[in-house]
Amino acid sequence: MVAAAASNDIGDRGYANPDVLVSTAWVAEHLEDAGIRIAESNEDPLVYPSGHLPSAVEIDWTRDLNDPVKRDLLDESGFAELLGRLGVTPETTVVFYGDKNNWWASYAFWVFQLFGHHNSRLMDGGRLKWQQENRPLTRDVPKYDTVEYPIPIRNDSLIRAFQDEVLQHVKAAKALVDVRSPEEFRGDRLHMPDYPNEGALRGGHIPGARSVPWARAANEDGTFKNAKELQAIYIEEQGLSPAEEVVAYCRIGERSSHTWFVLTYLLGFRNVRNYDGSWTEWGNSVGVPIER
Amino acid sequence: MAEHPEKLGRFLEMLRLVEDRDDRIELLIGVADRYTGVPPGLASRPYPTDHLVPSCESEAYFWAEDRPDGSIGIHFAVENPQGISAKAMAVILDENLSGVPLEELARLSTDIPYEIFGRELSMGKSMGLMGMVAMVQRAAKKRLSSPHRK
Repeated sequence: MVAAAASNDIGDRGYANPDVLVSTAWVAEHLEDAGIRIAESNEDPLVYPSGHLPSAVEIDWTRDLNDPVKRDLLDESGFAELLGRLGVTPETTVVFYGDKNNWWASYAFWVFQLFGHHNSRLMDGGRLKWQQENRPLTRDVPKYDTVEYPIPIRNDSLIRAFQDEVLQHVKAAKALVDVRSPEEFRGDRLHMPDYPNEGALRGGHIPGARSVPWARAANEDGTFKNAKELQAIYIEEQGLSPAEEVVAYCRIGERSSHTWFVLTYLLGFRNVRNYDGSWTEWGNSVGVPIER
Repeated sequence: MAEHPEKLGRFLEMLRLVEDRDDRIELLIGVADRYTGVPPGLASRPYPTDHLVPSCESEAYFWAEDRPDGSIGIHFAVENPQGISAKAMAVILDENLSGVPLEELARLSTDIPYEIFGRELSMGKSMGLMGMVAMVQRAAKKRLSSPHRK
């Protein structure tokens, strides 16, 4: 494992686990480090091919991280095959970054934790910060020798929530965080006439959920706010406690991965799960309670 | 397969012939490279929010420029520097739909993004790109229903 000493001011921000976050400067210094694999994960399929960090591989959230047929994540052998193809061993530190304030990078990071690849980091500020600092990008796709990655066990129980578990969570009046926009939370009709629907038959939110849009955790440059600022939002304003069980959700689970990361690693919450079924499952389900 | 205005149909047909995913991506990046933004005489920053494409996370704005023949010129401003798909979409819609009869624009299929980018788009991304098409469609319908239309 490569020690990811918090660089720049990350170590001074008061995070519970600062080592999980690395700066663009730190990444720039470790681009050629054989023990590190830089991985870009985006929403937009054109972004990585148009230019990416030197030595970075692409992890595509649809093709690489999801089952091609059923709605689920890739399975254990698929994960081993993916990492082996990327030349990643259990000892390799994987540093994620991407577009959209690291939404998909956070999602990929979360998936890697399900499979126990804890040797993972997130590049603070993502791709946008790297570009704004005029750091180099390349269109050359690196090639790494395929390795054998041992087939892991995917443990969904700790950080992933399924719909029936969320229903129980609601009945027990436990904490839920809806990280979508306020308009989505309210169930407002967002689309104009002739505009396609929002991927769900019903609008609104899961009863009892607090509305904390994901973007509140980020600065304008895409970096994470410091711990004091985050505590002011999630603990003081929303009344969440690091000791309680929290479920975060959005529309398909990528924005809530960002908030899951914030609560778990930056604020040290001990029991946060990401409901990746999210609103596209809940808002299409028959008979589940909805609040507006 | 939806019926498209002729020039757009030819473009989509050409795209279908590019079966290799990487080749298609390279082609679309090349299209996005032709993006030049909205003509300065038409709009300037900060762009008014009533031109914003709903749900487009690349912060795209749309203008329909009326032409003497009754058709419209199609212009998008894409403010997200990482919005490469949105830029490609803006170029495709401008190059293939500007000047097309309004009746054809009003019948546009909002599934066009899937024909261009495939089915692997995220819901958020497809919503935004569909929204760009819907803006063009809506501008055409608005003009067609205008009592002042000749």
